[in-house]
Amino acid sequence: MLEIKDLHARAGEAPILKGVSLRVNAGEVHAIMGPNGSGKSTLAGILAGRADYEVTQGEVLYEGKSLLDLSPEERAREGIFLAFQYPIEIPGVSNAYFLKTALNSIRRARGEKELDAMEFLSHAKEKMRFLEMDEALIQRPVNEGFSGGEKKRNEIFQMAMLDPKLAILDETDSGLDIDALRIVAGGVNTLRGGNRAIVVVTHYQRLLNYIVPDFVHVLAKGRIVASGDKKLALELEQRGYSWLEEKESARA
Amino acid sequence: MSSDATIEKFTKQEYKYGFTTDVESDAAPRGLNEEIIRLISAKKEEPEFLLEWRLKAFRHWQTMEEPHWPNVKYPAIDYQNIIYYSAPKSMTNRPKSLDEVDPEVVRTFEKLGISLEEQKRITGVAVDAVFDSVSVATTFREKLAELGIIFCSFSEAVREHPELVRKYLGSVVPHTDNFFAALNSAVFSDGSFCYVPKGVRCPMELSTYFRINAIDTGQFERTLIVAEEGSTVSYLEGCTAPMRDVNQLHAAVVELVALDRATIKYSTVQNWYPGDEEGKGGIFNFVTKRGACRGKGSKISWTQVETGSAITWKYPGCILQGDDSVGEFYSVALTNRRQQADTGTKMIHIGKNTRSTIVSKGISAGRGQNTYRGLVQVMKGAENARNFSQCDSMLIGDKCGAHTFPYVDVRNPTATVEHEATTSKIGEDQVFYCNQRGISTEDAVNMIVNGFCKEIFRELPMEFAVEAQKLLSVSLEGSVG
Repeated sequence: MLEIKDLHARAGEAPILKGVSLRVNAGEVHAIMGPNGSGKSTLAGILAGRADYEVTQGEVLYEGKSLLDLSPEERAREGIFLAFQYPIEIPGVSNAYFLKTALNSIRRARGEKELDAMEFLSHAKEKMRFLEMDEALIQRPVNEGFSGGEKKRNEIFQMAMLDPKLAILDETDSGLDIDALRIVAGGVNTLRGGNRAIVVVTHYQRLLNYIVPDFVHVLAKGRIVASGDKKLALELEQRGYSWLEEKESARA
Repeated sequence: MSSDATIEKFTKQEYKYGFTTDVESDAAPRGLNEEIIRLISAKKEEPEFLLEWRLKAFRHWQTMEEPHWPNVKYPAIDYQNIIYYSAPKSMTNRPKSLDEVDPEVVRTFEKLGISLEEQKRITGVAVDAVFDSVSVATTFREKLAELGIIFCSFSEAVREHPELVRKYLGSVVPHTDNFFAALNSAVFSDGSFCYVPKGVRCPMELSTYFRINAIDTGQFERTLIVAEEGSTVSYLEGCTAPMRDVNQLHAAVVELVALDRATIKYSTVQNWYPGDEEGKGGIFNFVTKRGACRGKGSKISWTQVETGSAITWKYPGCILQGDDSVGEFYSVALTNRRQQADTGTKMIHIGKNTRSTIVSKGISAGRGQNTYRGLVQVMKGAENARNFSQCDSMLIGDKCGAHTFPYVDVRNPTATVEHEATTSKIGEDQVFYCNQRGISTEDAVNMIVNGFCKEIFRELPMEFAVEAQKLLSVSLEGSVG
């Protein structure tokens, strides 16, 4: 589904990714771990089409097509979803209106019938029940005045509504207490399965106790320095990142 | 696409009301002197007192200077090069019914979405249509007359109800008030008049639609609304003008009078031609609007959505004279391209327990400059006066500007005055967030701006709230690239 080949990218003058290669198949859950500044969020941003980075080398194929030529909204319409590390507030715009516009933009692009207000609402209520969310949330302005936990749950709710083929969760665990973490992870797990691929970007192993990945990759200094299964994550928890970083430095 | 490029693309869009109508006009010669004023007055067959009032205003105007304190820049206006009166020829004999009105004029309004045939109107809205210097038709007048409500053109009010005009004209905005009000008092041509008798709730929205058509013509309309004890009325004005590459002057005066427990709601959707990308052409909109809450417990509420004009200079205000009276001002002002707006309100608290609320939303895009200027004044006798002001500015792109000048003058220690102000920029991250959910940049900006203005749109009558929302997105188009 997603194939990243030798990706190099920089922000301004500073090179951040220095040759990342990764293959994600339909239905798989991949975790990308790494210390601060390793390039995890950059990678997530590039996949979603954030304008802050410049790709200098390599390519990204999504369902066999070059992803980097598409605008962020085209990528979203093709089924790519990014759960933001810091969800953005849009004052005065209700969550319902925002999501209905988003959902219908995507449906329109796919040649599907747009949902009217009633259809949308009953669809949204079903998903909210499924994620055990408070229904009042949908009438509140997008993320405005939300607690950290509510913002992250709202991201997962949007993901459930937009039904992506590839979901990228960027530090979804940051700023959450253990109860909120459990709820958010529970939401992700209910959305797992079928052909949906999920890429979980995280600093800590903790999230992976709840969202158990099929594959774990460690990103350090702009490269993937180790790949394995969930045992790799546990090893990282015990030994930290430094041994891998040192190994990478020695190699370079 | 960089967000700058996005912003640029979005602020460019055609003005769709820019067509002209080919009608033969009966116009006064260019320039301004006592002869012209006598001519206007004679054309309108006015009583002597009104001519005298005009001449008094004109003589006073000659002693005044154009104000230069607003935060706007424009080339000098040559007041002798303006045509002060222009009317479609077909209107000279004062048509008795719509059938006698020049069909071209009727078609113009239809093209603007204003049908003058009552059966075609959205029910619940009566319209007075003003074309250049004259009112061409007023709908639903008979129905309103059954309730004792007078709704007609100003010229007609002068003929049919001179005692009311004489009593209230200039009582809120005196002819000496300011340069443009004095000019208007001297040369005003038409406008709307509305009188709601004691205890009557006006059952429909009243509205005036202003259209400037003739070239080099100024529009100087005058609107007067009087709400007697315990009455209620909601009024809306809309305006457009053809695209011309010279500036045209629009200097209107609106006076509102609310007596005991009366309520007047006055809404404006202003969409005069704003000029082109380079700032060529467009309307100079220099307007004086004021309401007097004369009676106890009376209320005047101004709502304005200002998206047009090259220059906007207006401060709809309330004189809160009656005890327990209430003044409100809700405003959205959008400046795009090279538009400039200096707008806000004046709330003058005189009576006891008077309250005022000001909510202003300024949006600047392109190279637009947007200034909020507001005065809250609490006089000595205004025990327990309360004011709350909120001024929010939003910037789209990095070539525009937002400015806020709040003036507060409190002379009574029991008063409570609160002021809040914010300035925000439509963030790249907000747009990206929307994009990532599949929403195009254009839809994203519209959504973000509409969210920003939500509090104001809520104040507009329903049908117009939808219109205002659409207008805002049209005016914004091209502002993001």
